[in-house]
Amino acid sequence: MRKGFGSIVLDVAFRHLAPFMILYAVYVLVHGHYGPGGGFQAGAMLGLALCLVQLVQGHDAKPKWGLGMTAGLVLACVGALIYVGIGLAAFVWSGNFLDYGVLPIAAIPAEARALGILGIESGVTLGVMGVIFVIFDLLTRDKGQGA
Amino acid sequence: MELVQPAFLLVQLVAALIALNHRDLMVAVIMFAAFSFCSALLFTLMDAVDVGFTEAIVGAATTLFYIAVLYRVKRRSSA
Amino acid sequence: MIKKATVVVLILVGLLFSYVALSLPPTGDHEAPAALHVSPRYIEKAYEETKTPNMVCAVLADYRSYDTLGETVVIVVAGIATVFILGVRRPSDEA
Repeated sequence: MRKGFGSIVLDVAFRHLAPFMILYAVYVLVHGHYGPGGGFQAGAMLGLALCLVQLVQGHDAKPKWGLGMTAGLVLACVGALIYVGIGLAAFVWSGNFLDYGVLPIAAIPAEARALGILGIESGVTLGVMGVIFVIFDLLTRDKGQGA
Repeated sequence: MELVQPAFLLVQLVAALIALNHRDLMVAVIMFAAFSFCSALLFTLMDAVDVGFTEAIVGAATTLFYIAVLYRVKRRSSA
Repeated sequence: MIKKATVVVLILVGLLFSYVALSLPPTGDHEAPAALHVSPRYIEKAYEETKTPNMVCAVLADYRSYDTLGETVVIVVAGIATVFILGVRRPSDEA
C-alpha cells in the first residue's frame, strides 16, 4: 500500500501540514513558561505529527521518513532518563533531588530553576512522543508482522 | 452567557448516550471526539486553559488510536 | 430484575452525587478550603523563585516535580506494556 490515503488532496494537504505541526509543537514546548503549554502537550503534538508522517507514506516495510517502533521506544526511555538525570545532577552540587536551583547553569538560582524546568519538560516531551508513536505503530502494523 | 456551560453539558450527555447505544463503532468514535472537545471547551470556560489544551490534544490522540483500532476489528458491534 | 435494580441504584447514586455537588464551593472561590493552604504562597513567590510567569508550569515542574516524574514514568511504562501485549509474535498469527 504505497498511497497513503487513496486521495491526492488529503495526501498533499497532510504532507504540507506535518512540518507546521512539528514547528508548533516546539513552540508549545519552549513557550510553556509564558503561556498555556508544556512538555505533555508538546509531546502529544509531536507524536501526532510523527503518526501523520507515517500515514502519508503508507504501509511500506521500510518508510523513508519517520521513526521505527524500536527508535520510538528508545526515545521514550531516553526522555524519562533525561528527567531522572537532571534530578540526580543536583546531587553533584549538594542539592536535593530535583532541586534545579543549585545547578551552575545561570547566575542566580531562580534562573537556573527556569532552565531546569525547560530541561525536564523536554524529557517529558520525548517520553510522551515516543509512547504515542509506539502505540500508533503497533496498532496499525499488519497482522503477523511481529516485533 | 450563563447558559453556555449547561448547553455544553447537555451536548456531552447526548453524545455519550449516542456513543453508548449506536451499533456503528465509527459513529461512537466520532461522538466520543465531540464529547472530548466539549470537555476541552468547558475547561477553557472555567479558566483552566492548560487543562483545556491538554484535553483537546489528548482527545485528538485517542480519536486517532480508536480509528486505528477500527481497522483491526469489525466495524459493527453486536450488542 | 437485576437490570431494574441496577438502574434504580444508578439513579440513586446519581442523585446522591448531585446533592453532594451542590455543597461544593463555586468556581473561582478564593475562600474555598483548597485555596487557603499553600496556594497563596505559590501565587506570591512563584515568579520570584523560578522566573517563570506561567504559574501552572512552575507548580507542575518545580514545586511538584515528584508528581510529574511519576507521571512520566507511568506513561513510559504504559508504552512498554503496550509493546509486550501487542508487539509479540503469536503462533496463531503465522497462518
